[in-house]
Amino acid sequence: MSDDKGSDDKGSDEARQEWQEAFEKTPQRDVDFETMSGVPVDPLYGEGPYPGQYPFTRGVYPSMYRSRLWTMRMFAGFGTAEDTNGRFKELLRAGGTGLSTAFDMPTLMGRDSDSEWALGEVGRAGVAIDTLADMGDLFADIDLSGVSTSMTINGPAPIIMAMYIATAENSGVERSALAGTIQNDIFKEYQAQKEYIYPPRPSVRLITDLMKYTSAEMPKWHPVSISGYHIREAGSTAAQELAFTLANGFAYVEAAVAAGLDVDDFAPRLSFFFNSHIDFFEEIGKFRAARRIWARWMKERYGAKNTKSMLCRFHTQTAGVSLTAQQPENNIARVAIQALAGALGGSQSLHTDAYDEAMALPTEKSARIALRTQQIVAHETGAANVIDPLGGSPYVEWMTDEMERRAEEIFEHLDALGNGSILEGVYEGIENGYFVGEIADAAYRFERGVNSGRRIIVGVNDFTEGDEGEKNLLRISAEVEEYQLKRLASVKQARDDEAVATALAQVTADAEDPTVNMMPSLIAAVKTMATEEEVVMAMEKVFGTYVERAIV
Amino acid sequence: MSDGTTGGDEPLRVILAKLGLDGHDRGLKVVARMLRDAGVEVIYLGLRQTTDTIINAAEQEDADAIGLSMHNAGHLTLAPRMVDAVKDAGLDIPVIVGGIIPEEDAIELSEKGVAAVLGPGASTEDVIGAIRNSVTT
Repeated sequence: MSDDKGSDDKGSDEARQEWQEAFEKTPQRDVDFETMSGVPVDPLYGEGPYPGQYPFTRGVYPSMYRSRLWTMRMFAGFGTAEDTNGRFKELLRAGGTGLSTAFDMPTLMGRDSDSEWALGEVGRAGVAIDTLADMGDLFADIDLSGVSTSMTINGPAPIIMAMYIATAENSGVERSALAGTIQNDIFKEYQAQKEYIYPPRPSVRLITDLMKYTSAEMPKWHPVSISGYHIREAGSTAAQELAFTLANGFAYVEAAVAAGLDVDDFAPRLSFFFNSHIDFFEEIGKFRAARRIWARWMKERYGAKNTKSMLCRFHTQTAGVSLTAQQPENNIARVAIQALAGALGGSQSLHTDAYDEAMALPTEKSARIALRTQQIVAHETGAANVIDPLGGSPYVEWMTDEMERRAEEIFEHLDALGNGSILEGVYEGIENGYFVGEIADAAYRFERGVNSGRRIIVGVNDFTEGDEGEKNLLRISAEVEEYQLKRLASVKQARDDEAVATALAQVTADAEDPTVNMMPSLIAAVKTMATEEEVVMAMEKVFGTYVERAIV
Repeated sequence: MSDGTTGGDEPLRVILAKLGLDGHDRGLKVVARMLRDAGVEVIYLGLRQTTDTIINAAEQEDADAIGLSMHNAGHLTLAPRMVDAVKDAGLDIPVIVGGIIPEEDAIELSEKGVAAVLGPGASTEDVIGAIRNSVTT
């Protein structure tokens, strides 16, 4: 599938002309597009396929960062909802342009703060959300019609989505006005991050329900963010990250079509989330290949007609796993290089990691340095002045082709595994341990390289003098857990238990009927102050749970 | 590679597990393979274990050590619970913790009976050395 790159039956002069016209229709940023020495630079150099033209190798939009920089979206969440609300406001004041929420482990796993499983984990690695009351605290005094919010949650995603919708409506904002993304990508949970609740098939039903609901009611919402980030963090190679992520995307497309949606009704709202690791050119090749592969498959295999269905738009986060606990300040340099790769790869939004994250959640200061790092890339380096500035480089073009070739090999394997269905191939690959095995093999190869000294990690296995560590780490006090338990108890005390029970019974009844969309009963349930875990359990009665086979 | 024995001819037997909800299993899997390559017998329990499931496995498998991996900042609560559970079960098996553990927390964990704490960047030799030291002392 890689012999007709970009020509798409158009003469190159005609394609150039089309790009030029599209480019000129878009307003430009009000800055001087010249080097720091005063040399003016064109928006684009080199040949087609031009940005904004199929298969979008050079960018999803005709003008890219010439008209609008990427969204600087910093992930935050710790302690109580009120603590995180404070961090959100600080990020908005500091020039952040989107909110991104990290939830604590019990919330991610569908457990309440008073669950036996939650002990020691409440508010530790993100914010604790038990009921609608916490969600209200989290977004207090933030106008939800004026921000775009990203929520990183998967297993219980529809319940958290229901709480967000209810919070907005309580504050007088219509759900149709809400903009943002919920990660809601369950396949990579079985493959890498391991935050699943139900088995794969009922989980996919919940995802398609949310896709149907948002495509009908919430036109500005992205119901799934198909995420390679965690696959990479778990140890995969760049090509595996690319291939597994896009294969998961194809699987969701097949599932949604099977659930009765037309591909062009939902595909324009799908978005992606990739890792930007330290091997600079490999990452850039990966990003460029992702756009080309997605466009081609959506058009050719899934029959998309709407150009927007073919656009691989993605968020990028620098590689947490590349951060070292040794000589932690060095991580600022790593993050800067990874952020630059994300920008040169054409990301739509970017999170930069804080240098102290190999030890703890970031402090306010380290989070600010991380934001400043991407602001330097955006405003000082000139990298945002020219679209796809590395396009046409023999090495970068080769790397792009090579990433694509390796990904296509994996698609072939999955397609065969699923007898002609990528969806079935992904289910089978989860079932038979293919994904976790491939990822573990790659992680082990990498670690052996480090252990043997063949792969140098500065400050870890070479250049180790001068490690002073980092003492000034964010500490989450145990009071958070105490506070949250009291909060939960008082919410439970004040609610109408009968209304809760009735609403939960409806959730169970709807779960039993696969033709019913779960979202309305979930929204009704959270409005009664039913807890996240209660709602999870109401569905678990029908869906069961998933237990991974422990394989090394 | 270090030799994965207790010093005599018997290979070390080590339980590896994730206690609680934390799903970050990359590090634990890598350690499992490294230890196996070094001749250690690894009993890999995997995710979402409780102190009870770990104690049961340690008894049944006659384990020399319990290795826990923690990446979710829950270590100050969870690791001492494991140490206490081992004591309460009347067992004399060292508990070793690896993962994202700030230095000062490592000191606190040692005070609470954790036999060794391994941070990010620990080599195979470090891991095996820590297990052997814990078992022999």
